[in-house]
Amino acid sequence: MAVLITRESKIICQGFTGSQGTFHSERAIEYNTNIVGGVTPDKGGMKHLNIPVFNTVAEAKKKTGCNASGVFVPPPFAADAILEGVEAELDLIVCITDGIPTSDMQRVRREMKGSKTRLVGPNCPGVLTPGVGKIGIIPGHICKPGRIGVVSRSGTLSYEAAVQTSSLGQSTIIGIGGDPVNGTNFVDALELFLKDDETDGIVLIGEIGGTPEVEGAEFIKSWKGEFKKPVAGFVAGAAAPKGRKLGHAGAIVNSGAETAEAKKEALKSAGVTVAHTITTIGEAMIKAMEN
Amino acid sequence: MDIHEYQAKQLLAKFGVNIPAGEIIYQPHEAVTVTSWLNEEEVMVKAQVHAGGRGKSGGIKKCSGQDEVVETVEKMIGMKLKTPQTGDKQKTVSRVYIEKAHNIETELYFCILVDRETGGNTIITSKKGGMDIEKVAEDDPNSIFKVKLSPGTKLLNHHARTISYELGLKGTIAKKAQKNLMGIYNAFEKLDAAMIEINPLAVTKEGEVVALDCKASFDDNALYRQRQIADMKDDNEYDPLELEAARHDLNYVKLDGNIGLMVNGAGLSMATMDIIKFYGGEAANFMDVAGAATPQRVAAAFKLIYRDNDVKGILINIFGGMMRCNDIAQGLVDASKEVGLDKPLVVRLEGTNVEKGMDILKNSGFPITPVPTMEQAAKEIVELVKKK
Repeated sequence: MAVLITRESKIICQGFTGSQGTFHSERAIEYNTNIVGGVTPDKGGMKHLNIPVFNTVAEAKKKTGCNASGVFVPPPFAADAILEGVEAELDLIVCITDGIPTSDMQRVRREMKGSKTRLVGPNCPGVLTPGVGKIGIIPGHICKPGRIGVVSRSGTLSYEAAVQTSSLGQSTIIGIGGDPVNGTNFVDALELFLKDDETDGIVLIGEIGGTPEVEGAEFIKSWKGEFKKPVAGFVAGAAAPKGRKLGHAGAIVNSGAETAEAKKEALKSAGVTVAHTITTIGEAMIKAMEN
Repeated sequence: MDIHEYQAKQLLAKFGVNIPAGEIIYQPHEAVTVTSWLNEEEVMVKAQVHAGGRGKSGGIKKCSGQDEVVETVEKMIGMKLKTPQTGDKQKTVSRVYIEKAHNIETELYFCILVDRETGGNTIITSKKGGMDIEKVAEDDPNSIFKVKLSPGTKLLNHHARTISYELGLKGTIAKKAQKNLMGIYNAFEKLDAAMIEINPLAVTKEGEVVALDCKASFDDNALYRQRQIADMKDDNEYDPLELEAARHDLNYVKLDGNIGLMVNGAGLSMATMDIIKFYGGEAANFMDVAGAATPQRVAAAFKLIYRDNDVKGILINIFGGMMRCNDIAQGLVDASKEVGLDKPLVVRLEGTNVEKGMDILKNSGFPITPVPTMEQAAKEIVELVKKK
């Protein structure tokens, strides 16, 4: 079954005719992703990349039956685009846009309370199910179909993890993004992989800042008996100085709980096999599977 | 983005927050006019730099009389300030704030920040103001009171009331505190702040509630709609290389080591710093060539790192994904020619046309070592830099 993107997914792209939307939709189509339409306001009725364009998400849903969307809309308009998808009751929205104001995302959080839509991102590389399809910017050729679920805050580190777990292959790769206020978090992704009968092991890649890794570790600790899966982990930023923001809006150490060391300890205490460097995450996964 | 104390106070005043009367000056002679305008027996003279702990380092002084003020300002402007928060680097003082000194009865702590755990804004307060809040949290966690707001919700009057009572305030003083708290929160929300810290929020002997110090930082992503804040940026607070990197849209942070780094992706960049440390080296910088690692961007980033005198060797780690490695390699060789490369350079490329890219680097005639893995790359550069 894999998670989030399956053979049943019908996907649209918001910001379809823009340069980013166009480029990455082309790559997704090459990867045989089931893209059924695109949304760009005022361009409804035309065809782009041989796929119909709609003015609104609601219209796209009515005409195509789409249930998932990739958002490639510029930062000032991205929160509105997400909420348009939420209102249309899509199952999944993956927002790639980097640079959305935090207060906009706080509003999105509030509006999404009680909604059935799952948001992944923003500021993330997206979701890819090898051999099935992708939303976002993860290069298809580095991923192999298999049974490892990968969840990562960083895009490029999820690519490293994909390459290093080539011998096992991946069920789905989820990039949850580096922003301080986002949608899907480690706990959500772990839960999806735990319930997925095509996932046998999980790679979790975190970084400094915030405490979602610690919450993930708490969740793993609560797994019992048969309902358990091996997890390998890495946390980037052990060499980071305190108080300086490193690239991602969320990657900043302000308190003791937000350091790479504290997070690695939390993961270890939950039974996660922790890799000391990103280059050994594949080995760590294999080791965790053997135990 | 961070701003100065005086800028933060000017902003807060517009939201009805009570701040001491004061004025910013750039030259000692201005102190005369400002002191006579303030017409107070005692004034505070405060060096304006983006770092806490100024008091302990001679950056804040209480003065009485015009002569003492002028003398203090003369010493302060141009002085190199090193506080517990500046690290090894010193900050040169170029602006000084002069404000009315208050008779402090009680010092409180008040801070609003974006809480990554809840996604909402959290307010942190304490009766124990005027000192390092992290130390207070460690020594006396019970003296800290927090209000966690749900994402996208506002601070309401009842929150402000609760906070004022938790801070032990009563009657008109509690009412004044509430008004200030609401004002600070409104400023936080309307100006897309990431953090506003008032330490101390003071109750004076005369029964006033006043924000004596303020530290504020703002959401970089929202600056496009906060021109007033964006215009407050003080370039003197940044490393010149960081400013140039920002002009090229590169995520660059200067660090203390001697291995220059160029990586695509923030996560991979951090992981590269980590692996260098793991093998006994130290990175001279964090560098994320954000966005597409095109040959032009790679060349611009490379030249920037090369100019840093602390850099004794360079490691390039690019996970090309969709970029062609031969293009990136050619960009690097061209940039090497331009700078006349004579520092060791280790390159790890991953992506399409890796072989071709490696060949271009090998045959360049420059001291470039192409390696196939990130692990080897880290080991190699640490060795090469040690030999130098």
